[in-house]
Amino acid sequence: MPVLDVDALLDDRSTEIVVCCGAGGVGKTTTSAALALRAAERGRKVVVLTIDPARRLAQAMGIEHLDNTPRPVLSVDAGAGGSLDAMMLDMKRTFDEVVESQASPEKARQILDNPFYVALSSSFAGTQEYMAMEKLGQLHRQALADGSHDLIVVDTPPSRSALDFLDAPERLSSFLDGRFIRLLLAPARGPARLMTAGFSVVTNALTKVLGAQVLRDMQTFVAAFDTLFGGFRQRAEQTFALLQADGTAFVVIAAPEPDALREAAYFVDRLTDDDMPLAGLVVNRASPSARTELSAEEAITAADRLRSGDSSSLTAGLLRLHADRVRVIEREQHLRERFAAAHPHVPTAVVPAMASDVHDLDGLRAIGESLSRQE
Amino acid sequence: MTARAERLDDWPGVRLHVVTGKGGTGKSTVAASLALALATSGRRVLLCEVEGRQGIARMFDVDPLPYEERRIAKGAPDATGRAGQVHALHIDPESALMEYLAMYYKLGRAGKALDRFGVIDFATTIAPGVRDVLLTGKVYEAVQRPRGGRQAGQITYDAVVLDAPPTGRICQFLGVNSELAGLAKVGPIKTQADKVMELLRSPRTAVHLVTILEEMPVQETSDGIAELRAAGLPVGGVVVNLVRPQALSPSALASVRDDTVDPTGITSELSRARVDVDAGLVESLVAEARDHAVRRQLEDEQRELVAAEGVPTYELPRLPGGIDPGALVELAGLLRHQGLA
Repeated sequence: MPVLDVDALLDDRSTEIVVCCGAGGVGKTTTSAALALRAAERGRKVVVLTIDPARRLAQAMGIEHLDNTPRPVLSVDAGAGGSLDAMMLDMKRTFDEVVESQASPEKARQILDNPFYVALSSSFAGTQEYMAMEKLGQLHRQALADGSHDLIVVDTPPSRSALDFLDAPERLSSFLDGRFIRLLLAPARGPARLMTAGFSVVTNALTKVLGAQVLRDMQTFVAAFDTLFGGFRQRAEQTFALLQADGTAFVVIAAPEPDALREAAYFVDRLTDDDMPLAGLVVNRASPSARTELSAEEAITAADRLRSGDSSSLTAGLLRLHADRVRVIEREQHLRERFAAAHPHVPTAVVPAMASDVHDLDGLRAIGESLSRQE
Repeated sequence: MTARAERLDDWPGVRLHVVTGKGGTGKSTVAASLALALATSGRRVLLCEVEGRQGIARMFDVDPLPYEERRIAKGAPDATGRAGQVHALHIDPESALMEYLAMYYKLGRAGKALDRFGVIDFATTIAPGVRDVLLTGKVYEAVQRPRGGRQAGQITYDAVVLDAPPTGRICQFLGVNSELAGLAKVGPIKTQADKVMELLRSPRTAVHLVTILEEMPVQETSDGIAELRAAGLPVGGVVVNLVRPQALSPSALASVRDDTVDPTGITSELSRARVDVDAGLVESLVAEARDHAVRRQLEDEQRELVAAEGVPTYELPRLPGGIDPGALVELAGLLRHQGLA
C-alpha cells in the first residue's frame, strides 16, 4: 500500500487547493485544520475554510464568530515565512453575497426579503455544499488577484453521503436555472402540452400540499431572480472546473470502520470517474497496536484460568484488555486491507486515535506530526 | 431461572421510540437492537429508517429494502422463550410523496411520469420542510394504524422504532409539523400535521439519544436534550454506546495509574495461567493497561456529564468483531436486561 506523503503534498507550490472529503464523524474538520496549520508552519500562506468546527477548536482558532471572512490565526509559528487565516462558512451570508453581487440593489432587496428565498438559502439540502464551493471560488479568485494566500484548504459539509459535496451543487443550480420553476408556474408549453392534463392536476395538488402562499412567494422570487439564473449555474460550473484543475488535490478522510471506508470507496471511485485529482486517503482514529505478540485467544484462555482462582485478579484484567485490543486491531486491519485490495494505488496515511478531543493548536500540531510520521 | 412475570421496562406506554445521536455513535445499531429487544412475547415491532442509507439492510445482511414493510428478523425471546417479529421499512420521501398524491389525489401512473419534470425531486428536496413532513407523516401512520389496518394485509404494530436523523437535526425534523411556515394552512396536510405533533409531544413517544464517551458527542447530547425539552418533545434515555471493556477494578486501575503494580505478582499469575512469560510481556501488558487507564479517566469524566443530565442511562459495549445479526441479538439482550425494552 503506497504511503501518502503529506509534507510533500503541502510543500508542493503547485498545489493550490486541498479539499478534504469523507463521511461525517471521521474528523474531517480537525484534519483540514491540522493540514492547514502544518502547511502554514512549513512556509505556505494558507487559508482554511471550515464548516462546523467544535466550539473549543473554533475558539482556539479565533473563528467562533461567524463573519464569513478569513481571520488570522494567532500563535502560528511564522518561522518558515508562512501564515494561516481561517474562517467558518456562513452559507446564508454567502448566498446573500452572490445575490447582491449579481443583482441591482432593489432586485437584491426583493430577493433577500422573499420568504421562499429565506427558507431556500438556509435549509435547503444542498445549499451548504453549493456555498462551500462558491466560497472556495471566491477565495481562489482573491488569492490570484492579490497573492494573499497560496494554498486553500477546504473542509466539506457533514452530509449523509460523501458524494453530496459533488452532487448537491448541481441540484441547486438546475433548480435556479429556472427551467423547472418556469414549467411549474407557467402554463404548459411545448412538449409539456402532451402532459397538460396530468400536469395541472399535480400542480393543483402541490398547491394544496405546499400552500398557495408558497407558490406566490416562488413566483415573486422567480420574477426577481430572472436574470440571475444563468449566473448561478455559470459560477457553479467554474468552481467545478477548478476542482478538476491541476492545482487541486482531494484528500479522502475515513476511519477504520465499515461505513466510513465504504463512503471513502465511493468517493475514490467517483473522483476517478470524474477525472479529479486524488492525493490520497487519511485513516483517522486508528486503534493503537498491541505491544506484545500474545494472541487474543491465548490471552482469553489464560484469563479464564485465572478467574477460577481470584475474580478480581489484576492479571486477568490485563489479559482481557489485551485480547480486546488485539481483536479490535485485527478487525481494523482487515477493513483497511479490504479497501486496499479494491483500491491498490491510493496513497494512505494512518493517524492513531488521540486520547482526547483536539481543541487547540497543539492538538492540531500533534495530528500534523502523526500524518507525516508514516512508516 | 423461574418463569415469572416479565420485568417491567422503563418505558411502558411508549409506542414510538425515536433514536437519534451524533454521526459515528452507532445510532442505527442501537435502533435495530432496540427493535429486536422490544419484539418479545409475540409483539410486532416496525423499524423505520428515513435517511436513504439502507443501513437496516446492511445490518441484517439482506438486499436493499424497497418502500414496503417487510419482515426482517425474529425478535428477542422472553423468559418463556416466546419471541416476536421485527419488520423493517425504508422510507424515502419520493415514494412517500407519490403514495400521498395517489391516496389523496388519485394520481398513480400520471404522477410517476411527471417525475421527469423533476416535480417529485423538487417537492422533496427543494421545497423546505416538505420532505420532513412526508417522512414523519409516514411514521405517524404506522404508529396510529387502527387494529386490522387501513388496507388489506396491513399489520398493526405494538411499537415503532425510528432510526432518526442525527442530534444536530432532530428538533428541526420532529418539529417541522409545528411550523408549517408557507405550507398549507388547511387541508389534509394541515390536519395530519397537527395530529403528528400531538403524537410526538405525548407520553406515547420517547426520544432516546445515543452517544459515546467523548467530548463532542456528549456535548451534543446535552445540547440535544435541552433543545428537545424547549420544543416540548419527550426526552427518553441516553444510550452510551461503544463502551470499552471495563476489565480492571477501580483498585486495579488505581495501581496502574500510580505505577504501583507488582510485576512479580503478575509474572507468577501468568505462569499459573500457563502463559509463556518472556522478558517484555509483563511490561507490555502494563503499558497497554496504562493507555487504557488514561482513556478510562476521560471516559469516566464524560460518564459523569451524561449522568448529570438526570435521564435514564444505558450502556452497550463495543463489540470488537463489528456488527452483524448475531451482534444485534447480543446487544438487544443487554438492552432488555437494563430496562430500555
